[in-house]
Amino acid sequence: MDERRLREVALTPDEYRAIVEQLKRAPNEVELGMLGVLWSEHCSYKSSKALLRRLPSTGAAVIQGPGENAGAVSIGEGWAVVFKIESHNHPSAIEPYQGAATGVGGIIRDVIAMGARPIALLDSLRFGPLPESGRHFEGVVAGIGGYGNCIGIPTVGGEIYFEDCYANNPVVNAMCVGLVRTDLLMRARAEGVGNSILLVGADTGRDGIHGASFASVELDENSSERRPAVQVGNPFLEKCLLEACMDLSHTDAVVAIQDLGAAGLTSAVAECAGRVEGAGARIDVGRVPRRERGMTPYDVMLSESQERMLVVVQRGREREVESIFHAWDLTSAAIGEVTDDGHLTVFDSRDQVAHLPVRLLTEGAPMRRLVGVAPEPPLDLVIDALPPLADAGATLLRLLASPNLSSRRGVFRRYDHMVGDATVVPPGGDAAMLRVKGTRLGLAMTADCNARYCHLDPHLGAQLAVAEAARNIIATGARPIAVTDCLNLANPDRPEVYWELEETVAGLAYACRALELPIVSGNVSLYNDSNGDSAIYPTPVVGMVGVIDDYGKRLGAGFRADGDFVLLIGSSQNDLGGSEYLKVEHGYVAGRPPALDLTREQAVNRVVLAAAQSGYLHSAHDCADGGMLVALAECSLLGGTGVRCPAIRPEPPLRLDAAFFGESPSRYIVSVPSRAMPEMQSLARRHHVELSLLGLTGGDTLEFEGQLKLSLAELRQAWEVMLA
Amino acid sequence: MKFGVVVFPGTWSDRDCGWVVDQVLGAELTYLWHRDTDLKGCDCIILPGGFAYGDYLRTGAIARFAPVMEQVGEFADRGGLVWGICNGFQVLCEAGLLPGALIRNASLEFRCEWTNLLVERTDLPFTSKCAEREVIRVPIAHGEGSYFADPATLSRLEQRGQVVFRYCGPDGRVVPGANPNGSLHNIAGIVNARGNVLGMMPHPERCSEAELGGTDGLKLFRSVADGALKVLVS
Repeated sequence: MDERRLREVALTPDEYRAIVEQLKRAPNEVELGMLGVLWSEHCSYKSSKALLRRLPSTGAAVIQGPGENAGAVSIGEGWAVVFKIESHNHPSAIEPYQGAATGVGGIIRDVIAMGARPIALLDSLRFGPLPESGRHFEGVVAGIGGYGNCIGIPTVGGEIYFEDCYANNPVVNAMCVGLVRTDLLMRARAEGVGNSILLVGADTGRDGIHGASFASVELDENSSERRPAVQVGNPFLEKCLLEACMDLSHTDAVVAIQDLGAAGLTSAVAECAGRVEGAGARIDVGRVPRRERGMTPYDVMLSESQERMLVVVQRGREREVESIFHAWDLTSAAIGEVTDDGHLTVFDSRDQVAHLPVRLLTEGAPMRRLVGVAPEPPLDLVIDALPPLADAGATLLRLLASPNLSSRRGVFRRYDHMVGDATVVPPGGDAAMLRVKGTRLGLAMTADCNARYCHLDPHLGAQLAVAEAARNIIATGARPIAVTDCLNLANPDRPEVYWELEETVAGLAYACRALELPIVSGNVSLYNDSNGDSAIYPTPVVGMVGVIDDYGKRLGAGFRADGDFVLLIGSSQNDLGGSEYLKVEHGYVAGRPPALDLTREQAVNRVVLAAAQSGYLHSAHDCADGGMLVALAECSLLGGTGVRCPAIRPEPPLRLDAAFFGESPSRYIVSVPSRAMPEMQSLARRHHVELSLLGLTGGDTLEFEGQLKLSLAELRQAWEVMLA
Repeated sequence: MKFGVVVFPGTWSDRDCGWVVDQVLGAELTYLWHRDTDLKGCDCIILPGGFAYGDYLRTGAIARFAPVMEQVGEFADRGGLVWGICNGFQVLCEAGLLPGALIRNASLEFRCEWTNLLVERTDLPFTSKCAEREVIRVPIAHGEGSYFADPATLSRLEQRGQVVFRYCGPDGRVVPGANPNGSLHNIAGIVNARGNVLGMMPHPERCSEAELGGTDGLKLFRSVADGALKVLVS
């Protein structure tokens, strides 16, 4: 076999030999292309699958774990929340607008395929520093808005970080959350021999051919030539597709719905069949509606044209289903049927052009046995060598204005975050919350990761990401119920990157087990590297969903009233390793991330949840990036109310800079009316959690007597630097 | 009182408007499909927000040719209440039921945020529940909401008092800083000369319940519902 041709379909000579061995013949061109995309890292997870099995994915409320289009968890009152996060890093690197837009479109279809109505979007984004990475940043933000705003699903949360390591390889992860009645939850299983396979939505063009393969290699100077591998999104068409799929719940003729994403038709049909023991499918590419002339069966099978879905329909009831799509002016075509021969057979009218065992396509890729080797430990932080804090106020202003901590209002006001009339906690605080209409239930959601911690210690960093996401949920008064994860890493062929992957998965598994949070869906994006010399930090983005039984008890991060007691729940250590303070004020990334004691974390969480449920709290905010002072400033700015505190005299060995700007986990800042103080104290005592009174809300300054005094106007000017 | 909410392909505020009419206001609700040629006896037609037909070509440019729009036009001519919100306002301008046009925001960016609106007409069926020169808080969500009209049209609108809502500060002062999109004269909403066709860029259906951040939008829905009641009584 020609090596160049093999490289084109992203297969190794060894993999090709395995194919020939199992088929007992050489694959033809179409088959080679189909195997190439499905055996790509992006589709087969051949470098990560063995590790991913370590992640916990079960729980009493889990209805659907990994393996379907998205995960599903029961939230009570007959409702299930359906959600998943997915990466679109490679396309966004070379074509930021369309890369991000189609990332959003793709994750929405995953939720639709479960029969759920998408109710919210979140995005976790990372770029190189501005202004150099402005093209990526601007394009991605515009693409997310362009798609989400048009389709009418609110974008309610996410995160944005700027760090040198993402300059060539931005991270663009999109998460979609949907709702479905548990009895209407769909699954993408090709059941029932003879049932019809319908292809609905957009016509098939030549766009995105080899997209999955392209996402499975490092970027290089020729990557911009892969621009044709990036798909183009049409949110209007997807809106119609969405509504038509929702209307499918009116009929019981539908057996399965499957999104066409990476590897297009090949993957969609193979996955649907692969989920049913012994099932196969016979399809005719001649019946696939096309956007352009002269497309070969190879093109049709590998196209990644957007806004398409596969629908398996009971034999004889095709008309019923097709009429639903026609009402939305959508094309639908019966392209084949379910078989029981365990093969995916492709015809072009009368000619058979491919005949492959489904198992070979979906599970045949030989798992790669990679070796992890720990890299050199990161630069040590000698905390005693740090000069003492000179001017806390000036430092706070610089931190608030720093790219990673400044207000994201300039971005989220470009996203429609209100459509749907359900957003009861808007973006800008910790987690966002949407109400479940017709009930008192609220759904909190967030996406989080401090990748700098993961770079310094991937195992601990992954744990911290889970813990912080959970704190974001809890700060709204909701209890976390499940996780979706997106693991973004560099080239796993490098032993130190594979080690990062192993450590990351182990850390995620450990923290999720400890906090009893099943991971119900997820995605892995590897090869986020360019020319082998600009590896991204390991970036395990944790998407999390939580539930509150009565959204009337929800909490915001902003102070709400004058004269409230401001409390720090949890204790502070000298946690300056990997902190924003260290980066912004001293210019380097070093040390160990903050230590995390998950038992302690849970105790603190219990205090906050119990206090929220009992109605003691007026506000709650996770105390994390930037430390306590930054969190306090955010509480003041979000609520429009200042805070007055006596001077802080930390007890040695705690340093003043660490008390103000250290990033110890397991801490919250809450405000409570004075009458609730006795209850708060007894709650904290019962759970052995430290509670410190910081000060009182009121006025229009943030003040620590004799240590700093800043007006809210000054703070806001610094914080809203992005709007300037 | 029966509200009809028009659904074009690509409309997304239909369900939000429907929710407020049905669940919050408790009025009768019907959805009207873009292909419908009958308004099903509705007393007020809402053209909701969204990207009707993808807003290809220009916002609202294709929607105006929808079969239902012919009926809406005739209904308006007969004095029926027509209420265009966001994309619906754009459709009304394209259909010639309201003067002027909505062009790209001055910032060239989509904007989703709360705005303050000065209510300049309270004698309309849409605003009778508002106080004279009341300031109401209503969110916007659009990329092309900058109101534009030629000088003659603009001065005619002003002279005849057809400007219903103007972007203003929280104190009611109409200042440039309160204008989120570059609209001429800070215009957020206008009515036709007869007073039965209202177009507005802000979304009252997004602020009709306290949990969504405000209830000022409900005043407009209540005005319409009660106005109809008065007609029945008189």
